[in-house]
Amino acid sequence: MPDAPGLELIRQQINERNADAVLDTTFEHDQPALIADPGQVLAVLRWLRDEPGQQYRFLSSLHAADYLPAEPRFAVHYELLNMPRVERVRVKALLGDPAAGENGAAAAALPEIDSCVELFPTAEFQEREAYDFFGIVFRGHPDLRRILMPEDYVGWPQRRDFPIGGEPVLFTKDEPDSPGWYE
Amino acid sequence: MEVERRKIRALSPLDQPRTPEDLRSRQLRARDILRGELEGADLEQYVEERVMTTTLDKVLNVARANSMFPLTFGLACCAIEMMSMVTSRYDIARFGAEAFRASPRQADMIILSGRVSIKMAPVVRRVYDQMLEPKWALAMGACSSSGGMFSNYAVVQGADKFMPVDIHIPGCPPRPEALLHGFTKLQRMIQGNPDPGWRRRYNAIGTEEWARGGPASKPSPEAAEAYRRARELVDA
Repeated sequence: MPDAPGLELIRQQINERNADAVLDTTFEHDQPALIADPGQVLAVLRWLRDEPGQQYRFLSSLHAADYLPAEPRFAVHYELLNMPRVERVRVKALLGDPAAGENGAAAAALPEIDSCVELFPTAEFQEREAYDFFGIVFRGHPDLRRILMPEDYVGWPQRRDFPIGGEPVLFTKDEPDSPGWYE
Repeated sequence: MEVERRKIRALSPLDQPRTPEDLRSRQLRARDILRGELEGADLEQYVEERVMTTTLDKVLNVARANSMFPLTFGLACCAIEMMSMVTSRYDIARFGAEAFRASPRQADMIILSGRVSIKMAPVVRRVYDQMLEPKWALAMGACSSSGGMFSNYAVVQGADKFMPVDIHIPGCPPRPEALLHGFTKLQRMIQGNPDPGWRRRYNAIGTEEWARGGPASKPSPEAAEAYRRARELVDA
């Protein structure tokens, strides 16, 4: 597991080849993370996968997150694992919301990022899941469509501004206060 | 050591010792029956003891209720309880529904055992439509009855939004006993003898929340009408 100085070394080595590919590093709860530039996240992942001495060759998870009040709003997390050394490192790509403050057709714009299916074939379904729930478009994905929600579903249900759904529950004790609530 | 021996229960009527005359008269009567020589009051009694008249519909309903073929169809964790209902411990075979059919064409009851997601709802509906009439549906547990704890974007808030349901069984999940109880209620419903509501059954008319009084206590017209009808039944 790279510690905080080791993480800075990794950042330096990557940025020597791809300028500003790694924007920042964090080391919280003993978990190293690289904050990557969304445009160059593939270069970061490829370097971590192929560089001798790194060899993080297993993508154990790819998921999205919505940090709504924060800006940029979305993030795609790549959890990498080196199996022989049992070492993990996380790559985060922060994505802004192109629909923020827009009206009309522009309000349907979706954040985009490069697909990493060519590097890690396991990402295919996981990117579909991130697309399904957060509406993050992965450029170059071979078959980007909804995976869990029905295909005709409208909306991105795991976003923080999505209504939670369900129905209000009314009990018979509330009958006098709201007669005819079942209509 | 001295052991005291005592009969633990009285002899049944068949085991009662009989006199030789009694035995002889029964033998003669049995001979007359076999020869077809029974006459008069004896014949009347014989027929009354052995013949029952009813309608074909009632016989059919008794047959249907006591030979159910549930569909092998599990939706979620309730399905585990549904499976244990078939085991020897709970043994739904006692009620004639142990043969879970793997095809909706051969089944006449579907147990909705778990939450129905909006993606699964068309599948459930299709399976239900494929079943042959007559067919019945049991909503098992809170989720398929009302959505339960899953008050969110993915789960249908009650299976009766998209298909008819005969019996709702509360619980999360219901114990197999509760499922058996619901099943026996369904059997009674099929035989045209549904249970009265629990308030009537336990003589508890007048314990409704609004009827217990309080400042804002005023029933809706429907509730007042139902209350009036229940009172009539109780007073009758």
